Amino acid sequence: MVDQNWALMRKQAKLSERARIIQTVRAFFIGRDFLEIETPSRIPANVPEAQIEPIESSGWWLQTSPEVAMKRLLAAGFPNMFQVCRVWRHGERGRYHLPEFTLLEWYRANADYRDLMIDCTECIQDLVPSGRLAWQGHNLNLEEPWEILTVCEAFDRYASISLSESLSRNCFDDILVEEIEPFLGSQTPTFLIDYPLRYAALARTKKDDPQFAERFELYMFGVEIANAFSELTDADEQKTRFEQEQTLQKLAGKGPFPKPEKFLSELGNMPHAAGIALGLDRLVMLMTDSRDIAEVVAFPPEEL
Amino acid sequence: MYTCADLKKGLKVLIDGEPHVIVQFDFTKPGKGQALYKCKLRNMLTGALFDRTYRSGESFEPASLEERGMQYLYQDETGYVFMDQKTYDQITLSADVLGDDKFFLVDNMEVKILMFGERGIGVTLPNFVNLRVTEAEPWVKGDTAAGNNKPATVESGYTLQVPSFVEEGTLIQIDTRTGEYVTRVKE
Repeated sequence: MVDQNWALMRKQAKLSERARIIQTVRAFFIGRDFLEIETPSRIPANVPEAQIEPIESSGWWLQTSPEVAMKRLLAAGFPNMFQVCRVWRHGERGRYHLPEFTLLEWYRANADYRDLMIDCTECIQDLVPSGRLAWQGHNLNLEEPWEILTVCEAFDRYASISLSESLSRNCFDDILVEEIEPFLGSQTPTFLIDYPLRYAALARTKKDDPQFAERFELYMFGVEIANAFSELTDADEQKTRFEQEQTLQKLAGKGPFPKPEKFLSELGNMPHAAGIALGLDRLVMLMTDSRDIAEVVAFPPEEL
Repeated sequence: MYTCADLKKGLKVLIDGEPHVIVQFDFTKPGKGQALYKCKLRNMLTGALFDRTYRSGESFEPASLEERGMQYLYQDETGYVFMDQKTYDQITLSADVLGDDKFFLVDNMEVKILMFGERGIGVTLPNFVNLRVTEAEPWVKGDTAAGNNKPATVESGYTLQVPSFVEEGTLIQIDTRTGEYVTRVKE
């Protein structure tokens, strides 16, 4: 006989809050006429992304995101949809990462990434009626307006080198993580927008500036919470970008993993649309003052 | 060789021919970006601490240190004394070298001393140790809320969080790798 698992018993309050958050988010989207959708977790091909390694499952793959299936639904005429689902990414375990985690993903037809900023703002305000959030000794004001910063502006404001220099020296990610992210979402949440094209494999190019794509990341307390695109609907362009990602996978000695062929053939039917993935575990972390993502799930992999 | 996927707290690697231990580890990855493996390393010979960030694709040579089975004897003004029970060789490790491990030493405990040549540079403890609580607030009757916790100090002077039902005199099990409470020990 051993004592009850104390580490688990201690999680009751946070797991209750987690349940409340997920239920509130569901009610938020259902109340705005989004269709809640379910799609398979095990699929023949994910979107090939150079930096995301899928986990194999009997010849197919566990989804790294539900986007392939949800975009096929968009292409078939489903307008607004959301999904709360599990996704898997090989080897990702850190203070903010679990190899199996919970995404909230939603799509809007005939919309662009600006419309998703409004959804984010309203959804998070709905979860925190007081408009004030405290996490690990820092305070955040959730009242509008939220900060909107282009990637280029963020480099000019915070980084030791310019955006173009970081691209030519191949240290974009390092500078972003070390010098920029810690300052994002420190007074209000921050939308970091307009990424260099090579960091936006599925996003629509900006009309007035084709070096950049309509992508944003939402940050709170320096933590990345959500990633959004105005979706690319040009099937030829998408195929080319997938092949570039596959080449990068090969160069890194991984894969290449297959690309979703049915998605590519149906992409031409997809209306202009915008889609976003929000990390629910991270949002729960920030709303329960948790230091490590393991505190807001019953079982991180180490405890299984 | 280790890859980045092997990096974690406690892993020992050779850097410039000297053994280092990872004392803090974090995996970070900007959205859609490259994985970065941030480590705080301690040079096991000099004690020097420094930060390093690694990227996927890098590899590491394991610091394959010889381990010698020894028994913990006692603490004196020079440090913590261990003895090889076959040869009766003794080795003394300082409090700095031991870090928090010093709180989990129990008289006559069988440990493994990490050797770099003839020099002892660290210790591997059993994964679990039983220590008696010497200081804790009494259990408030009626405090049955699951998961409530409070600080407690054990006989070695180490302080940790324990469930509210743990009282002074309770024998508890501690995980020496994390320093965290595991369970009460039935006596």
